[in-house]
Amino acid sequence: MSAILSVEHVGVRFGGLVAIADLHFDVYAGEIVSLIGPNGAGKTTAFNVMTGFLKPSQGDVRFRGTSLRGLAPHAITRLGLARTFQRTSVFPDDTVFDNVMIGLHQMGAAAGRVPGLDALLGRAAAAERAARARAEALLDWVGLSARAYEKAGALAYGEQRLVGVALALATEPAMLLLDEPVSGMNASETRVFVRLIRQIRERGVTVLLVEHDMPMVMEVSDRIVVLNYGRLIAEGPPDRIRSDPAVIEAYLGQGSAARQAAAAQEAVHA
Amino acid sequence: MNELIQHLVNALILGGTYALLGIGLTLIFGIMNVVNFTHGALYTVGAYAMYLAVAALGLNFFLALPVAILGGLLLGAAIELLLLRPFRGSDIDTTMLVMIGAGIILQSGTLWTFGGVAKAIPSPFPEAPLQIGPVSVSWLRLFVLGAALTLIALTYALINRTKLGLAMRAAFQDSDTAALMGVDVRRIYTATFALGSSLAAAAGALLGPVYVVFPQMGGLAELKAFAIVILGGLGNVTGAAIGGFILALAEELGAGYVSSGYRDAMGFLIIIAVLLCRPTGLFARAERIG
Amino acid sequence: MNRLLPLALLAGLVALPLGLGTNPYLLNALIVTGILTIGAMSLNLLLGFTGQLSLGHIAFFGIGAYVSALTSLGFDVDLGFGIRAVHVPWPAAVGLLLATVAAGGCGYLIGRLSFRVRGAYFVIVTISFAEVVRLVALNWVELTQGPLALTNIPAITLGLPGLGMWTLKTKLQNYYLVLAVGTLCYGVIARLVGGRFGRAMRGLKENEPLALSVGINATRTLTVAAVISAAMAGAAGSLYAHYLRIIDPDVFLFATTVSMVIMVVAGGKGTLMGPVVGGLIFGLLPVALRPVMAPEAQWIVYGLVLIVILFVMPRGIVPGLAALLGRRPAPAAPVLEVNPAVQR
Repeated sequence: MSAILSVEHVGVRFGGLVAIADLHFDVYAGEIVSLIGPNGAGKTTAFNVMTGFLKPSQGDVRFRGTSLRGLAPHAITRLGLARTFQRTSVFPDDTVFDNVMIGLHQMGAAAGRVPGLDALLGRAAAAERAARARAEALLDWVGLSARAYEKAGALAYGEQRLVGVALALATEPAMLLLDEPVSGMNASETRVFVRLIRQIRERGVTVLLVEHDMPMVMEVSDRIVVLNYGRLIAEGPPDRIRSDPAVIEAYLGQGSAARQAAAAQEAVHA
Repeated sequence: MNELIQHLVNALILGGTYALLGIGLTLIFGIMNVVNFTHGALYTVGAYAMYLAVAALGLNFFLALPVAILGGLLLGAAIELLLLRPFRGSDIDTTMLVMIGAGIILQSGTLWTFGGVAKAIPSPFPEAPLQIGPVSVSWLRLFVLGAALTLIALTYALINRTKLGLAMRAAFQDSDTAALMGVDVRRIYTATFALGSSLAAAAGALLGPVYVVFPQMGGLAELKAFAIVILGGLGNVTGAAIGGFILALAEELGAGYVSSGYRDAMGFLIIIAVLLCRPTGLFARAERIG
Repeated sequence: MNRLLPLALLAGLVALPLGLGTNPYLLNALIVTGILTIGAMSLNLLLGFTGQLSLGHIAFFGIGAYVSALTSLGFDVDLGFGIRAVHVPWPAAVGLLLATVAAGGCGYLIGRLSFRVRGAYFVIVTISFAEVVRLVALNWVELTQGPLALTNIPAITLGLPGLGMWTLKTKLQNYYLVLAVGTLCYGVIARLVGGRFGRAMRGLKENEPLALSVGINATRTLTVAAVISAAMAGAAGSLYAHYLRIIDPDVFLFATTVSMVIMVVAGGKGTLMGPVVGGLIFGLLPVALRPVMAPEAQWIVYGLVLIVILFVMPRGIVPGLAALLGRRPAPAAPVLEVNPAVQR
């Protein structure tokens, strides 16, 4: 099985602060992998590097064999790697339906075409109809058809996340990065989302998610990658991670002594 | 060589008033995040206040100056209370457009009241310039330089050594936290806008007697103030002061050695050049003002 | 309903001279208003739809005017280093075309610039650009005649040699020319905004990172918008030059940008009819007020009106009325970032 995503010795420094130090792991096609770690461990930073919102100080990320170094976010999406956002996951002033229509931007794209030219020349009508049909299908799939004509910004938090997923799926990705998809959700909302993630995998989309909700992560993941202080400290199936001493120390060793010891180690390595 | 020294001296004198303009705007722009399009109008009002006081009312020149500055202070406070407070919480572009509207009202009002003909402000200083070595400087301009430096020093003292200044610096860094610490942020904003406006008025009152006074004089002055703020960094008073002198130097040397017609273009060319190379301004947003 | 209103307005404007008679004073006001409205529509594309606040818009207008005038007048200038640039007069219609292209080119530069420089700084840069262009027009006397103005600019001539030429000299002809160009511009903007391109612009305005993540190319989208916006303004400037038949550097005055901004903001930025409504009101208001007040007093009124509208109907007249009448107002979002010094 070949890796669909390879994070190769990625490092990120902000001035003197090391956000990520030598991150190295693979994700294989068809997997659901979770990236976990205490707050400040570098998870969202890793996501930003993978999707082109941040340039790594060292290392590279390869998607389906192509290096993502120096690519802008929209170009990475074109390659088939999509993401959701943790906080602002919708276009707030548009309806849910229009949100998905915006998300279907790539559907009308022919590489190299000047944007707007088709519209001006009146060739857009058929493409519009196809896009609208696809938007309806996507909304139906995530279960938001009832909300289609409401303003996205007015939706409940959990429903906004569903819009975010619909947007990402609209780009027809081969792999989806979910940034804390169930944060702030209650138990039943989380269950719905777990089911959704499994259905996404059944559609053939590989999933990498960042999360804090341990039970959810243990339930949904094939493999788990654990980060602490920007470093990978453990990797493996949920059962192995659950009893890994390094992981336990990272999560339970919140006392200042433990942090100082880890920080001292950090200063030596950095 | 003598010519160069003369240009440098001229730049020094002009730079002092430009520094006042720039410091006023950087405080407003930096602390309140308002794109202040009334700054030029306040500059004009300061000049006309001088004119009114000296030429029309016959007041003593040295008394008229503080009167003009006070006028700018009060007008600035009025603008903040009447126009900025009701719009607090609006988008920055809405506030900017409100300022544009206010600027139009002020400039047209000035034109309507005084007419379009340029006015001269009589100066109490002797006509004959002072000769210091190879350089000739008029007494009036020396006074302008001295007054400008005094006002800059006073502003520094205000910001760095008074409670009001401390509150302003706090509001600059984080207005929410400042409010939680007991700072009445609304009053700080009024004070900041009034202070910034009074500095613009001071610049106008000082330069009015040097050149002539006409209603559109604020337009260019305002844009130069923006150039200075960009040069020096948002909220950076020291940067604005230095920026004022740099702009004056660029104008003097440009006018002297390149072409006098493009003198006013210097400021704009600087803006464009600086922002092309350093899109966030020459200095990063100051960690603290002062 | 939404389609009907603009068509009704168009029909009304076509029929207007037939109904009100060909009063030259009124026609002149309508022509200048029309030209400024085209400018406002083009500014709205940038300001309202993409959220790029360019306050140097008058530069495109003025560049269009001068390019068109100089194309049709010809020129002979010394560029230094022993090079002379000589140009023989070409038909005014070609001037219109070149003006559109030249202004569009400048729009391309501004579009690229808007990525390097953000927020309030972008505003200041665009104003500076317009001022520099004004000073060049004022000082490069050999080319532009400076404050003495370019005069005797020929009127636009339509038609083909052999089939008959038609010189648009009368006010009535110019009125219909401006109306035709304005309608064309409106149609182009409507087409652009209604489909995929319009959605891309909206996405970028409402949530840029999210828009990027769904594959929207920010640079390309904003640059295209800037080019089309500038090109339209340039065309308007060309119409202005060939109608007035005299152009001086005052065409670059910031005051005209302010007029267009008032038209867009008061009418309703980010809506199609907004700049048209704003343009008609603020273009014809001076005409209505002239017998009653001095121009300075009028400007005070505009300033007050702008502030009042921003307070009462911050989204503008068209969305405000639509809300009052129960229809959903057009979405509007903050134009500038909160902290201009924070770079994305």
